[in-house]
Amino acid sequence: MVIEILSSGALNSVQDRGRRGLLSSGVSRSGAMDLVALEAANALLGNDRDAAAIEVAAFPFRLRFEAATPVAVTGAVAEARLASRRLSPWWAMEAQAGDELTIAPPTTGARVYIAVGGGVDLPPLLGARATDLKSGYGGHEGRGLRRGDRLPLGRRPAGRLPEGGIGALPPPGRSDFALPLRVLLAAEWMEFSEEARDLFATTGWRITAEADRQGCRLEGPELVRARRRELLSHGIVPGTVQVPPSGRPIVQLAEANTCGGYPKIATVIEADLWRLGQAMPDDELRFAVVGRDEAQAALRETAAWLARLRSATALYRVS
Amino acid sequence: MADDFTLSDAGAGALLLDVAVGGAFDETRQARLLGLAASLGGIDGVEDVVPGMNNLMVAFDPLTVDASVMERRLAEGWRSAVARAETGRSHDIAVVYGGPDIEDFAAGLGVSIDEVVERHAGAVYRVAAIGAMPGFPYLSGLDRALAAPRRAVPRQGVPKGAVIVGGGQAGIMPITAPSGWHILGHTDFTLFDPHRATPATLAAGDVVRFTIAGVRW
Repeated sequence: MVIEILSSGALNSVQDRGRRGLLSSGVSRSGAMDLVALEAANALLGNDRDAAAIEVAAFPFRLRFEAATPVAVTGAVAEARLASRRLSPWWAMEAQAGDELTIAPPTTGARVYIAVGGGVDLPPLLGARATDLKSGYGGHEGRGLRRGDRLPLGRRPAGRLPEGGIGALPPPGRSDFALPLRVLLAAEWMEFSEEARDLFATTGWRITAEADRQGCRLEGPELVRARRRELLSHGIVPGTVQVPPSGRPIVQLAEANTCGGYPKIATVIEADLWRLGQAMPDDELRFAVVGRDEAQAALRETAAWLARLRSATALYRVS
Repeated sequence: MADDFTLSDAGAGALLLDVAVGGAFDETRQARLLGLAASLGGIDGVEDVVPGMNNLMVAFDPLTVDASVMERRLAEGWRSAVARAETGRSHDIAVVYGGPDIEDFAAGLGVSIDEVVERHAGAVYRVAAIGAMPGFPYLSGLDRALAAPRRAVPRQGVPKGAVIVGGGQAGIMPITAPSGWHILGHTDFTLFDPHRATPATLAAGDVVRFTIAGVRW
């Protein structure tokens, strides 16, 4: 049971939910940049939550199934063709042996996720199958996918998808890509000038070309720190909004260094991190300060949506 | 004061306890912090306990762990924290001194290259924390005479194995990556192997000594 990559860019990689418990060894979480899309793709197929999928960030992407398998495509809105059929966004279908799947460049968003029945069955490394492109381990040989790569598939879950397949409605907040990124205040918030704090929350920040799985640099007004002092190195999580001496924020993402020394003005809440995974250079984004309660409620809402998707699709799979 | 600290959110799923006083790294507080870190392992829902330099980040599942409960636990934990009893392992790391920066580095401090080498290899270092890159050790204990500002422009590719210093800290590059620290030499010591269950060779609390395997530049 294998899929063969026919056309790919080095930015496309095998990803799962990423690594936990190893930040103190300097091991980044890595994993899908849009975790909701990854989990939805696995839910559509009845896969294990931890099944690995393909994160596609360079297009067009093409692969061939050497055996029949169910396949789900989620994430960015992009034209997807399975053999002669067109796949709607966030849709799953049975692929036949020899079928080719082609993903065109997205019209909205940046990353497409392709899940297969049973997941991409590479040996886990440090507890996950996620590729860490920066450090060069995990996934398929610690690197991005290229033409000719062959990926083994796991055991498909019981049951078949109905004729025509099944789809998911967009998850919470997905219908509007322009909603602000919700943030919690971080350690050095009060060290920024009142004007800087105001600018942070009111500016339409432009995403620069320096945006990848490690992080994303933003262009906009300079955020001035009223109190200047050197910080000692400290642990950081994906979503941390740092402000280096240039005054232009950097949002740290899946493959960010596990420690940093720049002041932190805020942290993008976990439930909104997918927006950065789907953001493109030149996109504009805004921040909105919220509290812990809203950050938790947003996560609960996403978790509930995924749970409903999982139970709904289970009903549709025919044995 | 024993309870000088700040606690802040790092998203809904992490808290940062900062016990640094006045911006200078304190060895005693770090030992207490490592004691606290050791006591936090195995709590339900806690995913990562990450010692930094005089700070500690704890990451957890925000849907099963109440952040305000964790906040109290960290505050009380810090007040009552005692230095971790067991000492870490000791490592002797052989260094061939030299490389692209050592001459300018010595000149900038107004000392000879030999003195840089002797002072760097003469100190006993403690691993304060592991982080940033896979297996990268933040080493405290650098001879004060070798404390110099970081490079104005970071190097894009500081090679794996580079023995580096920056500010008052020392380290070793586990992978080739950008860094603003100064390169003083090279070692073949393996800092990280993803195929091991414990991938980082060094751990916070370990003791490191550098030995002179050669000097060439």
